[in-house]
Amino acid sequence: MNKKMIGALALATAATSFATVSAEGRSQISIVGSSTVFPFASVVAERFGQTTSFPTPTIESTGSGGGLSLFCQGVGESTPDITNASRRIKQSEIELCASNGVEDVVEVLIGYDGIAIANSVDGAELQLSKGQLFLALAETVPSPNGSGLVTNPYETWNDIDSSLPNIDIRVFGPPPSSGTRDAFVELVMEEGCMEFDAIASLEDTDEDKMEEVCATMREDGAFVEAGENDSLIVSRLENDPNALGIFGYSFLDQNSDKVKSVSVEGVKATFDTIADGSYSVSRPLFFYVKKAHVGVIPGIEEYLAEFTSRRSIGANGYLIDRGLIPLSNTEYARMKDNAENLRDVSL
Amino acid sequence: MTDQPLNAIERMATVKQERLNARLKQRYNRERRFKAYGIASITGGLAFLAILLITIFSQGIPAFQSSFIKLDITYDPDALYIDDASDPEQLRFADFDNAVRQSMLERFPEVSGRNDTRELMSLISTAAGYTVRDRLIANPDLLGQTETLWLMADDDLDLVLNGTIDRNLPSDERRVSDLELEWIDDLLANDDIERRFNTTFFTRGDSRDPETAGVWGAVVGSFYTLVVTLALSFPIGVAAAIYLEEFAPKNRLTEIIEVNINNLAAVPSIVFGLLGLAVFINFFGLPRSAPVVGGLVLTLMTLPTIIISARASIKAVPPSIRDAAMGLGASKMQVTLHHVLPLAMPGMLTGTIIGMAQALGETAPLLMIGMVAFIVDIPQGFTDAATVLPVQVYIWSDSPERAFIAKTSAAIMVLLGFLALMNLLAVLLRRKFERRW
Repeated sequence: MNKKMIGALALATAATSFATVSAEGRSQISIVGSSTVFPFASVVAERFGQTTSFPTPTIESTGSGGGLSLFCQGVGESTPDITNASRRIKQSEIELCASNGVEDVVEVLIGYDGIAIANSVDGAELQLSKGQLFLALAETVPSPNGSGLVTNPYETWNDIDSSLPNIDIRVFGPPPSSGTRDAFVELVMEEGCMEFDAIASLEDTDEDKMEEVCATMREDGAFVEAGENDSLIVSRLENDPNALGIFGYSFLDQNSDKVKSVSVEGVKATFDTIADGSYSVSRPLFFYVKKAHVGVIPGIEEYLAEFTSRRSIGANGYLIDRGLIPLSNTEYARMKDNAENLRDVSL
Repeated sequence: MTDQPLNAIERMATVKQERLNARLKQRYNRERRFKAYGIASITGGLAFLAILLITIFSQGIPAFQSSFIKLDITYDPDALYIDDASDPEQLRFADFDNAVRQSMLERFPEVSGRNDTRELMSLISTAAGYTVRDRLIANPDLLGQTETLWLMADDDLDLVLNGTIDRNLPSDERRVSDLELEWIDDLLANDDIERRFNTTFFTRGDSRDPETAGVWGAVVGSFYTLVVTLALSFPIGVAAAIYLEEFAPKNRLTEIIEVNINNLAAVPSIVFGLLGLAVFINFFGLPRSAPVVGGLVLTLMTLPTIIISARASIKAVPPSIRDAAMGLGASKMQVTLHHVLPLAMPGMLTGTIIGMAQALGETAPLLMIGMVAFIVDIPQGFTDAATVLPVQVYIWSDSPERAFIAKTSAAIMVLLGFLALMNLLAVLLRRKFERRW
């Protein structure tokens, strides 16, 4: 009798709570993906909500990889319509999408983002090459006496090159889950490591080994994973003039009174150097649209039109004020054509 | 001769007394030291709390003020590209930013050229255009007329006024240019800048512009989430506690259940988020980012807390009460519902409120179910996309714009305020209804 009553009570509460969830369709665009694109996408979303009759899209910052895996889970209201990415979609992800019924995906390139290597404004002016950055940050480096590979022995910048100041190597950077880290490894570490014959010669003999050497960051305390929070890195640099930090260009732009750019290959990260390509540590930003949802979830086409318009990502657009580096005219035309005709992505 | 033994005894006694005194002193010293350790640890704890609160408050106070610029706005049909203010279609495409731009240029006639105009416009919030639009929608007769409006200023201007941006820095290290500082000084000299209490912060949802960002969306989201959590976890938790304490036979099975409830209380909360994603969203097909799913997940998290505290308060009801009721012929259920439950209720409520306060501060389980998201619209119900207060704190702390540092601390203050209120309620309930035997 008592058991029955309690059971009924529990069931009743559960039932009432489920009853509140009506089976209404989703009217809001659901966006997931990269934390780097998040600050840009949310500006567009907010404007889209203010200037159209559609509700403001929701945006989750899940990281590029996490976003794509949610995006590729299938077609239907419970899956996101759009995913942001700070790298291109991979072939394996296209296949994953296809195996879950997400056949048609539209790729939109929105612009570029620079990855800044910076230190406190009180710190030394540093000029680094990618090779020097590799020597400072890799787990395994070519032996200083020229024979084979050894565990990274460098403790100060001066150990690497006598022209560099005699301060400890201490670099705050993003964790492996971050797109910024992927891009840093690809653009700095992998290019830097090829400057050394001991590693470049591995390409023919042991390619896996070479990739591992190039992409593995040291873990002895000289490189500190500082979490996904870029503003945290900025405040750490402020307190430690000898440390360097790796983060998105927009944080450098917003905190120019606290941190300054380190020259990489002789070029500092500024808006102009990233836009004209002379600062080489920059990466493209994308978003991907699920074609099957266009026309089903209201507003996707209009959101796409807003995001790809000149007033948002054109040379004087409002996202450019936020630190996005604009596309060149030919790239813009190609992107616009893809977006308007909802062309499928092809790698 | 006769003195000799007495002296010896006396001497012995004094020596003993001295030793005793020394030991006594030692004991008192030990006690004093022990007390001092206790006081030291409490002062240490309080000092950390004070540091935390002082940092949060000193950083957060600026967020409660926002700046407004006085401008003469002309609702010029040509500049807005509309001829009928009652036509919603025309209003949608009207260029209200242009109207704001024109009035800024009128205010500073010396400004010309594309770059300077851009810089000038960076003084005013992007939301200014929306304010003008809403004003015109509310009063369509204004079309063609001019009126004086106080429009919201950009967050950078705010930062200059409250001193976060140091104007003595060299201009290349400062976010605000010399030209902008000149304009700000000009506005200040003419009393065209006003600092007001920031009502936007308490009435709006999230925004990417610090000056228009508010906590209200997150407060409402937290409210809906906690309503679901309370509606589910309180009845289930209390029912489970009553059954386990009063009715369940003491056997292997109930022992296993008990151990598991205690273990559940120690499970990291992210695990509940994963479970929520797998069960509620993927299997039951509930919407992502919805307070109902958040509430369900937090229910799982708070249930053990509530069950454990409810059982403790049932245990605290003296057996004599049960015996007396039994003696008067009450059934087991009558004993429980009429006597034990009312007496145990204050303790249960306290436990529940503490559990709710814990749920209010939780972000990790919400990450998996999509409630860690940028959401502008204020949620209207249990299935609308929503976020919660601690998530809002997290999102703002990760934003590049400098003014969000103050907003982050201000949101923490709001969150702490709600937590303090809930704990106060728990204390009051206990004071009011607690019975001592």
